[in-house]
Amino acid sequence: MRHEHIETNSALMLLLILVVISIGGLVEIVPLFYINETIEKVDGVRPYTPLESRGRDIYVREGCYLCHSQQIRPFRDEWLRYGHYSLAAESQYDHPFQWGSRRTGPDLARVGGKYSNQWQVQHLKDPQSVVPQSIMPRYPWLLDNDLDYSDVADRLRAQRAVGVPYSLTQQEYEANIAKFGKEIADQLDINQAQDSLLKQAREKNFDGIPNKVTEMEALVAYLQVLGTMVDFTKYDEGYFAQFR
Amino acid sequence: MAQSSALPVEQYNFDIVRRFMIVSMVYGIIGMSVGVYIACELAWPFLNFDIPALTFGRLRPVHTSLVIFGFGGSALFATAYYIVQRTCQARLAFPWLAEFTFWGWTAGVALGVITYMAGFSQGREYAEFEWPLDIAITLVWVAYIVVYVETLRRRTQPHIYVANWFFLAFLLAVALLHIFNNLAVPSGLLKSYSLFAGVQDAMTQWWYGHNAVGFFLTAAFLGMMYYFVPKQAGRPVYSYRLSIIHFWALIFLYMWAGGHHLHWTALPDWVSSLSATFSILLLMPSWGGMINGIMTLSGAWDKLRSDPIMLFLITSLSFYGMSTFEGPLMSLKSVNALSHYTDWTIGHVHSGALGWVALVSFGSFYHLMPRLYETKLYSQTLVYVHFWLATIGIVLYITSMWVAGIGQGLMLRSFDDYGNLAYTFIETVEFMHTPYVWRALGGAFFVAGVLVMAYNMVMTVRASQRERAALEAKLAAKLAKA
Repeated sequence: MRHEHIETNSALMLLLILVVISIGGLVEIVPLFYINETIEKVDGVRPYTPLESRGRDIYVREGCYLCHSQQIRPFRDEWLRYGHYSLAAESQYDHPFQWGSRRTGPDLARVGGKYSNQWQVQHLKDPQSVVPQSIMPRYPWLLDNDLDYSDVADRLRAQRAVGVPYSLTQQEYEANIAKFGKEIADQLDINQAQDSLLKQAREKNFDGIPNKVTEMEALVAYLQVLGTMVDFTKYDEGYFAQFR
Repeated sequence: MAQSSALPVEQYNFDIVRRFMIVSMVYGIIGMSVGVYIACELAWPFLNFDIPALTFGRLRPVHTSLVIFGFGGSALFATAYYIVQRTCQARLAFPWLAEFTFWGWTAGVALGVITYMAGFSQGREYAEFEWPLDIAITLVWVAYIVVYVETLRRRTQPHIYVANWFFLAFLLAVALLHIFNNLAVPSGLLKSYSLFAGVQDAMTQWWYGHNAVGFFLTAAFLGMMYYFVPKQAGRPVYSYRLSIIHFWALIFLYMWAGGHHLHWTALPDWVSSLSATFSILLLMPSWGGMINGIMTLSGAWDKLRSDPIMLFLITSLSFYGMSTFEGPLMSLKSVNALSHYTDWTIGHVHSGALGWVALVSFGSFYHLMPRLYETKLYSQTLVYVHFWLATIGIVLYITSMWVAGIGQGLMLRSFDDYGNLAYTFIETVEFMHTPYVWRALGGAFFVAGVLVMAYNMVMTVRASQRERAALEAKLAAKLAKA
């Protein structure tokens, strides 16, 4: 076929362009849904609790991903600085993923448990008060704003629709008990979403303010769970290499 | 532009081209100024002022969306509508639909950035618009395709000119990317959760993200180049054969390259390696475009001395060549290990965005201004002033980002004699302060250049209005006498 045929026929050109631009995505993306080794077999990864999930919404709202990655690479310096490299399994319930592309600030994939709640609150309120050279903006309004949790069930329902195992029916609830244990399954139950959000806030009091659920509460709850779900001591060194 | 009944109606619909060009300039000035502001925030964080809407995290998507979609997008609407009419010698099809694309696009971008500042974002880079806006943009885009393709079908020329191939690929690819990357389930009016999660979501996003560069910021601007460079040079395109080969190769290869944004992550190695391979291959069609553009001037190099518009166009192609060399380099896994997560990436993007995309748009706009307003350009000297302000700005920007990025990358991976990390993270942040100041200065130079251009444009339009009024007065006087 001479190129002349294509460039004198707009419909043919349109069709050929569509074919040519579709191939790359089809070959590289579609298999990721079907190749089993794409996501590592590992215990412990669970969906976020209602409070953590609301914290994640705030993380997205404030655009934290524009300065902080959540994806540790398998290099010695990153191992020393942040910990074990990130697994695909660890973000399997993340809609959207928040791996990030720029580290203006440090990686947060395993920030959970690294600092106390009190430190996190103080740092978010006024980063320069704990790290004088920091260039992070201050987020004092997170402490002033009450967390809006009235629609938390709707938000979990939307995440259930995209495949996160939050339970709506008795059957799903029991499947979650089998998979994550009763305590977690209760927190993943959409029917008790508000109650479990309030319960977690009351018990853990992430923001340090009793009897009040602030946006800070949710965000710190989210930060404190990041990277803590997998117990790496349970796996041999090299176990995860087979999935790469 | 009110049409006077005394003057004939234009053969082509240039009204919409003029308006898109003006909107592009307005969004460009705002978007680039926001860019300078957030650059200053990184150098002097007090500028966040504890105001949510002004924090870096919320303003950064405002900057990227305004410059990519507001400035670049409107420039593409303007030039695509101009080029398709001129090369097909047909008036723009469906004027009401074209009108819809103008208002839809302009309002969509404005609403988008307002919602970001209010805290509504999908949390996907360069695709932060929430779902109602995504749907609106899809409708506008479909209208754009319909207007464009129908005008193409109404052409009086048998051949479709090469610039239109690139615009066609851009229109289709962006539709494909936009739709698949924004699949989500809404929860409320301005919140949604993406359909895919984790690794699949990451790959979809960077398939989108890299091809937003490949098709929005490259293929379409090559279309612009293929019209305005030969026109301004007054010579035919250097090689027809080269344009065929590099067109098909470019649009095929680009779609494979997105995974290089995810080297060393939880993305499986096979995708990452495949993406790197195709990224390296991409060097060839990219340079094919650059060579075809620059060599069009072959035999008329003196125009670089006498024609400042040519200077803009050829310099843009040089930056295009440079950043499409740097890109494959950075897609190598070993280089990427250092460059990823650092400002080297930011510098690379800006050598493409400022050096290529913005300069080729400015050159095209300068070419268009006298033709769209039927008068002479107000000042050639100011075009030179703009050129040098822009070039100095770009050089300051990209060199400061090389220093910041490579510097931070090297500091983060250095160890002392005992095998401990040599630097804490915050020490790298302190180190970046000086390059950040230089970067902000570079950006300010660039914006100053755009302001000079805007002044030149306003004065040109005014002169055109005066001349038109004088012409009408003459006609009226003649009619009165007769």
